[in-house]
Amino acid sequence: MFEGRPAVSGGVGKDPVNEPMIRHWCEALGDTSAAYAGPDAVAPPAMLQVWTMGGLSGNAGRSAAYEELLGLLDGAGCTSVVATDCEQEYLRPLRPGDRVTFDSVVESVSGPKSTKLGTGYFVTTRTDVRVDGEPVGTHRFRILKYAPVRTYAPSVPSRAPETPTGQKPQVAPTSTPTPTRPRPVINRDNAGFWDGVDRHQLLIQRCLGCRALRFPWLPGCNACGSGDWDTVEAGGDGTVFSYVVLHHPPFPAFDPPYAVGLIELAEGVRIISNVVGVPYDKVRIGMPVRLEFVRYEEGQPALPVFRGDLPAEVGG
Amino acid sequence: MRTGDELPELEIAITRTLIVAGAIASRDFQDVHHDAESARAKGSPDIFMNILTTNGLVGRYVTDCFGPAAVLRKLAIRLGAPNYPGDTMVLTGRIEDVDGDTAVVRVVGANGIGRHVSGTVTVSVPQQPPSPQPGGTP
Repeated sequence: MFEGRPAVSGGVGKDPVNEPMIRHWCEALGDTSAAYAGPDAVAPPAMLQVWTMGGLSGNAGRSAAYEELLGLLDGAGCTSVVATDCEQEYLRPLRPGDRVTFDSVVESVSGPKSTKLGTGYFVTTRTDVRVDGEPVGTHRFRILKYAPVRTYAPSVPSRAPETPTGQKPQVAPTSTPTPTRPRPVINRDNAGFWDGVDRHQLLIQRCLGCRALRFPWLPGCNACGSGDWDTVEAGGDGTVFSYVVLHHPPFPAFDPPYAVGLIELAEGVRIISNVVGVPYDKVRIGMPVRLEFVRYEEGQPALPVFRGDLPAEVGG
Repeated sequence: MRTGDELPELEIAITRTLIVAGAIASRDFQDVHHDAESARAKGSPDIFMNILTTNGLVGRYVTDCFGPAAVLRKLAIRLGAPNYPGDTMVLTGRIEDVDGDTAVVRVVGANGIGRHVSGTVTVSVPQQPPSPQPGGTP
């Protein structure tokens, strides 16, 4: 939808390439190359993007399409931005006095991606930079617009002084709330199931019309359409019908890798839950498992999970 | 300049001053690069170095190694673990390919929490006029 559309049309650098900005850059970065000073000075090539920056007075020339894209992402909660990739090609050196113009196009917008920072979208733009209409460089830039997964509380006044010796800053552990697991969504159709979980019972629905068992809970029978039902309590025996091991993306409050099993209960219905008691890489299809209830968080119901048994080691 | 040559390491102290000065010198006023409170509100434990500064440091690393006659042709980087104040980044490089006077250098910048930057730099180093050989004809 946005790919191929201009992000900036007819952008003009706010300042010509100039010695003071070159010197400030070299000072900041500790770049003492002789190429960037004196009468024949050129600008450090990596400054290419600097000449196109809007600064505090904003990015004039941004297209409506690009503003709309960024607005949509903001609206989706992806209000934070971080740059991830930069690819530049330098066709000729820039010199003091050069006046830069540029055009940008949206090359790609990714689908939603889960990252350590949070879920977001990668937006890639490509900028062609010119001087007097002549191409001087290209600049491909990728940003992640994301919804932050967590925030850090404001710093405490008694922050430890920073050490210049390569020590990492200490983040106060109290500033990060412990992430909690998602809460079950309990409604009229599944309240009976969660009531059972509270009593450490795994309840399966049974159709009163055709006696078919069903799980997960539904208002009506998929076999005969009857809306009348009662429940039977699962005996607790099952086998791994299928499974996946989750490595990535990590969700707060979960600690990958872990195995998620599709468990076929002895009664014949299937349920998705964690397989515990077995290393994640030892879970196998057909492995017998046994229901148990595990409380993962204080104040929350114990959840039905399935404990596997490793086959006994033979010999050794 | 041969394939496989390693560049000497460059150690860069990631001071708060470097992060802020680099951001302002590159006209990047995103608050996460100078305002720790705002950075925290956006999910970062502190301010962190902007990509333009990293880009400039990678460029500086290569031109420092190859001398003032070296001309950067391409610079392509990807960021990973952020550069937070108080950390140290160590840049290392290795020549991956040589074609005439142009080399492709693989550069990695590692900090205390992982790989901050990885990328490739294409650099041309014009041949110097041959200098007199020491120990040659008297």
